[in-house]
Amino acid sequence: MERIPILRMGSFLLITIQVDMHDKLAMQLQDDVTARIADWGATGVLIDISSLEIVDSFIGRMLANIAAMSRVLGAETVVVGMQPAVAITLVELGMSLPGIRTALNVESGMELLYRTTAVQPGVGDERSQA
Amino acid sequence: MSVLKREQLPLRSSSDVVVARQKVREWSTDLRFSLVDQTKLVTAASELARNALDHGRGGQMTLEVVNGMSKTGLKLIFEDNGPGIPDVEQALKDGFTTGSGMGLGLGGSRRLVNEFSIESELGKGTRVTVLRWK
Repeated sequence: MERIPILRMGSFLLITIQVDMHDKLAMQLQDDVTARIADWGATGVLIDISSLEIVDSFIGRMLANIAAMSRVLGAETVVVGMQPAVAITLVELGMSLPGIRTALNVESGMELLYRTTAVQPGVGDERSQA
Repeated sequence: MSVLKREQLPLRSSSDVVVARQKVREWSTDLRFSLVDQTKLVTAASELARNALDHGRGGQMTLEVVNGMSKTGLKLIFEDNGPGIPDVEQALKDGFTTGSGMGLGLGGSRRLVNEFSIESELGKGTRVTVLRWK
């Protein structure tokens, strides 16, 4: 079955959504992220949606679910890279994604994760090699 | 209002919803809608196609390029043979949901287009028509 890859970087999970997601793929991602957080003890999740041309209420809900489930499992989620046209549409649709931390790009998203999870850059990387 | 071009697509599975989105993107790009307007149309199509699938047990989407009062627009018609909507006014309110969604589908997509109409008959099905002018 088709899956969205989840990369591990230290104690963070990195997810880049590059496909036009159908609903089953979105549900699968939700399951996979929570399983990886539990397996790897991740403390941060970064989701890059810069390739997504739309975010509708279904995908918005999936992002909100991932953020909520991750928080319950002890991990912070940051969604990065939303295209301006997507942001305009999403707000007009009625979804302003409350409860989801966002950042403009991967770099500032990573900074936000380092700050909020108090993981020092590099420390997690060493641990993953051990 | 004259119809310049028309095409019909089935909405039977969640991959049909993806195809419907791609088709709306293609047509709105051809009509040279701005990027924001394209995004609004594709997002509205995604919401309404999913509604037809999840609540209407599937159906079809019709795309039409229309011309009226020297303006060009893209019209999308979503038809299903589902149970119909008992209270259309209520269904259009934000937060109203019978399923697992957020209840933004109908009311939300109405805000993304210029014209919106909905006809629903209990036991027969629902037809939602949206139009965005260029």
